[in-house]
Amino acid sequence: MHAGTVFLIQDLSQRKRGETPGFFRSQFINVEVMEHGLDFLRGMTTRAARHPSFHQTEHAMFQFTDKQIERYSRHIILPQVGGKGQKKILSSRVLVLGAGGLGSPAAYYLAAAGVGTLGLVDNDVVDHSNLQRQILHATPDVGTYKTTSAARKLHKLNPDCRILEYIMRVKSGNILDLIEKYDIVLDGTDNFPTRFLINDACVMAKKPLIHAGVFRFEGQAMTILPGSGPCYRCLFPEPPPPGLVPSCQEAGILGCVAGVLGTLQAVEALKLILGIGDLLVGKMLIFDALEMQFRRVTVPRNPECPVCGEHPTITKLIDYDEACELT
Amino acid sequence: MMPTGTKRAVMNFHGVKCPYNYVKTKLALEEMELGQIVEVIVDEGEPARHVPKSITADGQTLLEIFKDEAGLVHLVIQKTKEY
Repeated sequence: MHAGTVFLIQDLSQRKRGETPGFFRSQFINVEVMEHGLDFLRGMTTRAARHPSFHQTEHAMFQFTDKQIERYSRHIILPQVGGKGQKKILSSRVLVLGAGGLGSPAAYYLAAAGVGTLGLVDNDVVDHSNLQRQILHATPDVGTYKTTSAARKLHKLNPDCRILEYIMRVKSGNILDLIEKYDIVLDGTDNFPTRFLINDACVMAKKPLIHAGVFRFEGQAMTILPGSGPCYRCLFPEPPPPGLVPSCQEAGILGCVAGVLGTLQAVEALKLILGIGDLLVGKMLIFDALEMQFRRVTVPRNPECPVCGEHPTITKLIDYDEACELT
Repeated sequence: MMPTGTKRAVMNFHGVKCPYNYVKTKLALEEMELGQIVEVIVDEGEPARHVPKSITADGQTLLEIFKDEAGLVHLVIQKTKEY
């Protein structure tokens, strides 16, 4: 989690409901924060169905097998899903960047839901220290590539789901080609250089992005629909300098907090696929496990955002130097 | 009242447990045009109680319900609402 967000969370946690909305400024925050319910962004469309860049392949001819009817029955029963919605899920393509603490629960629920194509990107191998939270991996997987370990579990869970492994690190030179093949990108990465790169690439490619980050007992999630709502840089224009990033020793994480946030990312992805509900567009959801509290803060679009503003100054992807991996 | 002489599809869900009998009925109704009629055969007991309740909750119309000699329950359903 961004150092500025920690500040923001701490500040919010000290405020009481009904207080005047605040205006927070720090080196990395320039965002008006309002209590949920006090204000909504005027004219902003957060309904998934209205997002113009989200198109799906034809699924009208799809017929369910008896096994699929059984597997997806609890979805089909839902009035907001039905057979039509389940077909949308089965035709959808989601790219999960990072098969770790966030990517594990997200990918597991998305595969269980029947997402047609699930891309998994990670260049790391499973380590013993991952097993406390990265629930797709188990002790015998130590030393195996995370994508391979994850794909094995996901295929066992749901053979309907096509799993594509990308053993690689995303960089400015490869990310656009990668995300182009997918309907939705889910950011489960653990470092600021990659997070900013993913944000910029999704804005430039107009690709829906579901962001989440975790730190210690806290987490945050936001959905970015380029053209419809703010992006990550509207909130944090630049990555923090290395000195402000918590050191490795400071950057512990309660494993299940990653589970909560990764699961929320899967929920957002499915709502987006189905075109139902209100998305976290222009809203950051902040989870505090110690207080057991969710707070939602509005994030307006920044007209001066360097990547999605009226006069963008970032028009080419940037590979920032690695500062420190947080989780 | 059910229109006489109307052609309708018949789907036999004898032996199909809840909720799959309802799920299959719903999937069929989703593909049908408004006004079209389907006859669904379910087992008596739980299926005969639950399927009509669920499809009417969806906004569809149960035109007729009757039991045949074998004890199976026939539900004549007209699609009156889009899913």
